[in-house]
Amino acid sequence: MTAPDLVVIGAGALGAATAYYATRSGLSVEVLERGAIVSGTTSACEGNLLVSDKEAGPELDLSLYSNQLWNGELAEHGDLWEFEAKGGLVVASSPAGATGLTELATRQRAAGIVVEDVPVDRVPEYEPHLTRDISGAAFYPQDCQVQPMLMAAHLLRMAREAGAVVRTGVTVTGFLRDGDRVTGVRTDQGDVPAGHVVNAAGTWAGQIAELAGVEVPVLPRRGFILITEPLPKTVFHKVYAGEYVASTQSSDESLQTSTVIEGSASGTILIGSSRERVGFDRTVSLPALREIAGKALRLYPSLAGVNVMRSYFGFRPYCPDHLPVIGLDPRAPGLAHAAGHEGAGIGLSVGSAKLLIQQITGAEPELDLAPFAPERFALREAA
Amino acid sequence: MTELDLTLDGRPISARPGQSVGAALTDAGVVAWRTTRRNGRPRGLFCGIGVCFDCLVTVDGVPNQRACLVTARDGMKLETGDE
Amino acid sequence: MSETYDVAVVGAGPAGLAAAVTAAEQGLRVVLVDAGRQPGGQFWRHPDESVPSTDESRGQHQWRRFTGLRDRLRALESRGSVTRIAGHQVWFLEPVAGAGAYALHLTPTVASEKTPGVPALVTAVRLVLCPGGYDRQLPIPGWDLPGVMAAGGVQALLKGHRSLAGKRAVVAGTGPFLFPVAAGLAEAGAKVVAVCEAGSPAGWARTPGGAVAVPSKALEAFEYAAVFARHRIPLRTRTVITRISGADRVESVRLGRLDSGGRLTGLARADLEVDLVATGWGFTPSMELVTALGAATRVDVDQSLVAVVDAWQRTDVDRVWVAGEATGVGGALLAVAEGELAGFAVGRDAGRPVPDGGTRRLQRVIRRGRAFARAMHRAHPIPAGWRDWLEPETTLCRCEEVTVGEVCAARDTLGATDARTVKLLARPGMGWCQGRVCGFAAAALAVPPGRDLTAADLAPMSRRTLAAPISLADLAGDDHG
Ligand SMILES: Cc1cc2nc3c(=O)[nH]c(=O)nc-3n(C[C@H](O)[C@H](O)[C@H](O)COP(=O)(O)OP(=O)(O)OC[C@H]3O[C@@H](n4cnc5c(N)ncnc54)[C@H](O)[C@@H]3O)c2cc1C
Ligand SMILES: Cc1cc2nc3c(=O)[nH]c(=O)nc-3n(C[C@H](O)[C@H](O)[C@H](O)COP(=O)(O)OP(=O)(O)OC[C@H]3O[C@@H](n4cnc5c(N)ncnc54)[C@H](O)[C@@H]3O)c2cc1C
Ligand code: FES
Repeated sequence: MTAPDLVVIGAGALGAATAYYATRSGLSVEVLERGAIVSGTTSACEGNLLVSDKEAGPELDLSLYSNQLWNGELAEHGDLWEFEAKGGLVVASSPAGATGLTELATRQRAAGIVVEDVPVDRVPEYEPHLTRDISGAAFYPQDCQVQPMLMAAHLLRMAREAGAVVRTGVTVTGFLRDGDRVTGVRTDQGDVPAGHVVNAAGTWAGQIAELAGVEVPVLPRRGFILITEPLPKTVFHKVYAGEYVASTQSSDESLQTSTVIEGSASGTILIGSSRERVGFDRTVSLPALREIAGKALRLYPSLAGVNVMRSYFGFRPYCPDHLPVIGLDPRAPGLAHAAGHEGAGIGLSVGSAKLLIQQITGAEPELDLAPFAPERFALREAA
Repeated sequence: MTELDLTLDGRPISARPGQSVGAALTDAGVVAWRTTRRNGRPRGLFCGIGVCFDCLVTVDGVPNQRACLVTARDGMKLETGDE
Repeated sequence: MSETYDVAVVGAGPAGLAAAVTAAEQGLRVVLVDAGRQPGGQFWRHPDESVPSTDESRGQHQWRRFTGLRDRLRALESRGSVTRIAGHQVWFLEPVAGAGAYALHLTPTVASEKTPGVPALVTAVRLVLCPGGYDRQLPIPGWDLPGVMAAGGVQALLKGHRSLAGKRAVVAGTGPFLFPVAAGLAEAGAKVVAVCEAGSPAGWARTPGGAVAVPSKALEAFEYAAVFARHRIPLRTRTVITRISGADRVESVRLGRLDSGGRLTGLARADLEVDLVATGWGFTPSMELVTALGAATRVDVDQSLVAVVDAWQRTDVDRVWVAGEATGVGGALLAVAEGELAGFAVGRDAGRPVPDGGTRRLQRVIRRGRAFARAMHRAHPIPAGWRDWLEPETTLCRCEEVTVGEVCAARDTLGATDARTVKLLARPGMGWCQGRVCGFAAAALAVPPGRDLTAADLAPMSRRTLAAPISLADLAGDDHG
């Protein structure tokens, strides 16, 4: 058997999208996943594809690039992963919050985002059940939604149908080297040589990088989600509290929650979410669940009697500068990373993967990958 | 023993004191009082002990109550529904 | 906050009742929480006690055992040794950090039946979990029609409400529990057209001494034989229902014959006309409280996920004991013995002198009961061919209306290799019941045919962060508003 052009470590959103775009470029691919497919953070998140929660900058550019893919070349598959371009309504609950929202919208418009100001008295037209007690609102028609596990599983399926091999229950334990160059991986089930290796190990990408002797600081940031009983349609768009943007960008260690509410195709309402830096602590935190519930009720007081059926949590893979790591790693030629997308890895997966494959195949990436360079942390430290 | 008078979508249903709403409906020959979300299929009691949630019914305006667990009370208004 | 109890017992079925009274009689302060409004659990479910009745014990077995336990419970309650919280579910269970205690968060089982004065939270130093279980189900084409009920549910209607779920019934599945259900239906006036037992009586022969080891069981069996004879109930072994038909409710069932290996060999020529199907494949324990604490689990002989306990019913989690069905399905009397032993064990843990002879006797009873249960499970396995009569359109998950075909597609087309992934991709177990009904079958369909189920296969369908639904307002608690 000849070595594949690409070995991808991890079968989450990033690994799946990478495998998909690699096969589209004619590369031979082998995906190695230690658990089952989509067993990592991709199965413990919401499927928001957001532009609204991002400040102008490289992440927003990547987000808009991905947004074009979701609505463009991938649109034909949208039904497979419950794609819905439902738009997002961001609401501010104080006059100061409303001012902040307006200012954010101005910066975002300059960066190419479509933002519609929604006068407070017109909010019920968007969300009839939302509290009337708000000070400002803005509508983001580009915000979309997918079912993330279906999305990743179908991308993997299409990659397999194009010749990719997906092996589950295989743990990467080290790298094959030829001098500096990475020439494949060691696994608990034997060596796999490869032209290039892509580290798409999500929150565990830092550990994989370490195996290759390079530092990529990806850390876990825990988040809880609540799922309600199925209801007749109550929440029509994605609805977030204005402080959400601040919270995604914050580096605070302690429990933070900001409200994101959306209806799902199955009738349930997903209510997120919390952010906490507690390592890989798997105990269910009641204070986090309580705070999420309390804040959701401030936006939707009429949901008070609605039952929560379950909750789940995941560990967002985040980097200290809140930007993902995408690209070839000059410190270990042959190794590339596509990881560390924090709370936006679903939305950013396809853009990240497509750009990475462009870089690996020697094409000019359609978007500059420099802000996401894997070696940026070491360079900054040295400076 | 005095019977309790309930209604299901306005139609009278009687119950013995202490019976569950689900038992009263069963005695009245009603086997389904809800239709499913996806396929619109009729549902009533299945597990009988509060585990399966098949028997959901609106009781005095409160939706999604388990009929097998709710105790019948005089004057109770039950409504069929779409879950 | 109110006092921290010496012990909290969850479940007031045979196991929990015995545990609570035993612990309290040793001087421990006990809180007994149960989802039901009356003690008794599933086995001793009985009509509303507040309504005067002369036939409370109708259809019951070992009723004196129950009234004995109930009398002791009432006495202890009136002395203030036991606080009984009925009609409430534990929706969340957690250790209290640094306090050496457990917190049990409670919610009314029925939203409109809030009892004034019941706290939202109780704490206790020790925990005895006796959550029991429910009927285990396998999908059958048409099993989502009204008129198809869990065998236990049919029994619950009879015992608890004196309601008869149908006039012409077929009772089907496997296990000795089919007998009391059929007998109960017949005694209440229904025509039982057949009892279909997938296993064969020869199964018991494989385990010499199985049934006679527990005399009360043999006695019960004779009783059922008499009822069956009196009502001319045909018992058909190695027989299963392969299809349930009807427009808006059950109208008929088709029967199939199994060979000695549990594979379908042929179909009956004519369908049976019925208006009630009572079905169950043994029981499966309620495991969410056990797994919430991270206690060790294993797969029992009957392929149920159960708690691992030592000779004193103790789990590997500090100060947590489990008794009853959750340590392995084995019937009410075994549950009582386990509960009693757990009651002594918590007493011993609290430094109370414990009668050596008594506990040794209980341990013997439990060993014998376990051996009996193993023999029973071996005689009543899930038939190897249970997938043979499924069709792609057969509903697997009743809540989310996920079909067998959709689950198989998640496995075969999308690459799911385990129950968790099947659940994520096709949604079985994601609905109201959170996999309590379809969890076993979904896990079994997720793994390649022929491979035995492991604890890792079953756990994802048994773990539930919330043990019961809780309203957003109650979840928000004090933070709300
Ligand atoms: C509560 C919450 C809400 C979120 N909401 C959103 C949202 O609305 N929108 C959005 O875009 N994003 C959201 N996210 C973020 C998103 O889930 C992640 O960014 C994304 O899933 C990361 O995908 P990934 O493929 O990088 O990682 P993962 O899905 O974790 O995949 C990495 C895989 O690598 C495997 N692996 C690790 N080590 C090894 C090894 N040694 N060998 C082999 N395999 C290995 C793992 O098993 C895992 O399957 C949310 C996250 C959380 C926690
Ligand atoms: C519907 C049904 C009917 C049955 N009928 C018979 C019969 O007629 N004859 C027979 O031999 N066997 C019968 N069985 C089997 C019988 O239930 C068991 O053998 C016996 O009851 C086991 O006792 P237990 O104490 O372990 O559990 P159970 O009797 O099941 O008691 C467990 C108790 O715990 C409570 N509970 C569980 N979780 C929580 C929670 N989170 N919060 C609060 N409370 C909780 C339950 O409501 C229940 O009251 C039946 C089983 C079922 C499911
Ligand atoms: S019949 Fe199952 S919950 Fe009521």
